[in-house]
Amino acid sequence: MLRQVEGSRAVADVVARCRPQVVAAYPISPQTHIVEALSDLVRTGELAPCEYLMVESEFGALSACIGASAAGSRTYTATASQGLLFMAEALPNASGLGLPVVMTVANRAIGAPINIWNDHSDAMSQRDAGWIQMFAESNQEAVDLHVQAFVLAERLSLPVMVCMDGFVLTHAVEEIDVPEQDVVDALLPPFVPRQVLDPAAPVTIGAMVGPEAFTEVKYLAAEQQLRALDEIPVVAQEFERATGRRSGGLVGTYRMDDAVTAVVAMGSVLGSVKDVVDQLRDEGVRIGAVTVTCFRPWPLDEVRSALAHVERVIVLNRAFSVGSGTMLGQDVRLTLSASEAPVYDVVAGLGGRAVTRASVQALLAAVLGGKVDPDRLHFLDLDEALLGRDSTPSLLKES
Amino acid sequence: MTTTDLKLYQIGTFAAGNRLLDPDERSVQADPGRANAITSGHRACQGCGEALGARFVLDAAIRAAEGNIVTANATGCLEVFSTPYPESAWQLAWVHSLFGNVAAVASGIAAALKAQGREHIRVVAQAGDGGTVDIGLGCLSGMFERNDDVLFVCYDNQGYMNTGVQRSGATPPAARTATTKPVGVEPGNVFGQGKDLPRIAMAHEIPYVATATVADLRDLERKVEKAMSVHGARYLHVLVPCPLGWASASKDTIRLARLATQSGLFPVFEAEHGVVTATTPIRQRVPVEDYLTLQGRFAHLFGEPGRPDVVARIQAGADRNIVRYGLAAENEVVPHG
Repeated sequence: MLRQVEGSRAVADVVARCRPQVVAAYPISPQTHIVEALSDLVRTGELAPCEYLMVESEFGALSACIGASAAGSRTYTATASQGLLFMAEALPNASGLGLPVVMTVANRAIGAPINIWNDHSDAMSQRDAGWIQMFAESNQEAVDLHVQAFVLAERLSLPVMVCMDGFVLTHAVEEIDVPEQDVVDALLPPFVPRQVLDPAAPVTIGAMVGPEAFTEVKYLAAEQQLRALDEIPVVAQEFERATGRRSGGLVGTYRMDDAVTAVVAMGSVLGSVKDVVDQLRDEGVRIGAVTVTCFRPWPLDEVRSALAHVERVIVLNRAFSVGSGTMLGQDVRLTLSASEAPVYDVVAGLGGRAVTRASVQALLAAVLGGKVDPDRLHFLDLDEALLGRDSTPSLLKES
Repeated sequence: MTTTDLKLYQIGTFAAGNRLLDPDERSVQADPGRANAITSGHRACQGCGEALGARFVLDAAIRAAEGNIVTANATGCLEVFSTPYPESAWQLAWVHSLFGNVAAVASGIAAALKAQGREHIRVVAQAGDGGTVDIGLGCLSGMFERNDDVLFVCYDNQGYMNTGVQRSGATPPAARTATTKPVGVEPGNVFGQGKDLPRIAMAHEIPYVATATVADLRDLERKVEKAMSVHGARYLHVLVPCPLGWASASKDTIRLARLATQSGLFPVFEAEHGVVTATTPIRQRVPVEDYLTLQGRFAHLFGEPGRPDVVARIQAGADRNIVRYGLAAENEVVPHG
């Protein structure tokens, strides 16, 4: 049933329908509305049995989820930005121990300078932590991805991060359908842990491993993570059969059939990108868009196939690796290493800077007009006047 | 719970163990068929106080909870020497996550068990002093403040022994460590109160706080039993001498623990809801020198010319403890109930 509701509230509602037994969270903008709503649901008994742990830090939040998951309960947490970084030590621990924690990341910039608004620097900085990372394009997809995330996490015994743009999605009120309890229950059976702390059958979890087997343990973990590339489309199909809605999957394509130019991006920016694609299509430009929904593991085959026949690719990334390019751009370049098509690597929408249709249009016009050098990292809407006020020399300005 | 047939190395006598004692006075640990949380064959150093302490704590906890125990362990010696790939010395459900998060992991386990309706399964968290007073303090304080149903045990050997004997927030004044060498005008660790975790725990007004040492194992067992008889956050601080880090003889582990209490340097007491309810009076008071001179980490304070001024400051600290906790025999506080 469609309801006019805030993205965060819808996510809290769908998480509750996934019946987590332990929720541990520490407040940070823009994640707060999600955990406030969950705290209400636990207090009123609407979400039961469930323990809501008000922990002293994000490090404590994920650590409590690790303990609860190892004890055999379905667990959930949510964070953003600095909070995700504060969890950083525990992230590879959760994946290394094979614990199916599900976490929402309300994507937000990381400081300094401190900035509470949206970009993808937080989640992308943790791309190597062994978690499955899914990026929602809309609030509806964010809701749907949470159900799929629990299914996926528990089938693979791996943690899953559902990334949704902070404020842009979390605080946006729109029509959203939260799948009904019976639908969620049918998709998501009770949690059966792969290993569990149980006095009746004691196991040692988290033992030390030395050079004699560490590589092999990591290899097996990598293989397990890659299984997500097979499982994610299956789960998306099951979800579609149950709800009639296509959500999730590895990669989405928009008007790519005969496209020679492709824009690749993640998250809510695709709304504006698709509008611009429509407009350019009306003008006769053969252009399309590719949405990367699953960023980790990287769906190399699917991205390669989506971009098989294009002549140029423009990558928009709401984050970048300082001193290098964007993370998404690098992965796309790797994917197209056998292709002649240039990849234009563009940093777009940092720290809440809006990525408008006008700016995407201007960028595409410049690329199609041959005015952009594909060997350089570009910053969308870089305010040259603002940079001009800085009296210190800057390599970035010169490039 | 599995049991282990123990080898008792007192051959040539029929007095091995405690079979001649009245049954009520017999030590469970001397029973050849006792339950065994941590098996022999682990890789602790000879004379390790922590291995001894952990075995007594967990075995007592297992008995108190009738086997229904789950343990979370911080990174540190205990974790490393008990679980080298592909072995595990643990005979009970055991998880290790990270160095600084064991209290939160334990809170999560307790929450999960509560949500599952299996609260009869009890949670014990274990850490060394570094994992307790330094890197783990944030999560521990959170666990205390929420009064989560966890017994947290700190095995205090007064330094980062696993990484090669560096100073921790629990290292005593003047002690030599790899990062507080006996050089300069103030040799060894700085003077100060350090982090007195039992008192910090008491400030959270949790149901039960106790200190103990491996010199009095029956007292340690009794305190574990008492801790397990109540719910909520409980804290047990156990002094466990470390032959490696203290540069002491392996045979002196128990002796050093006893001298720490008999000098007043390590007060043994219990507190409930923030109030001291019982202390173990000093039986035979000794000067701190008796304790210090058995340890290489204090060697720079003795000999020629020595640092009698520093020893006097350490003695003053011991004297303060004796006054603060009323450790002199005549000041004994009668336990409640």
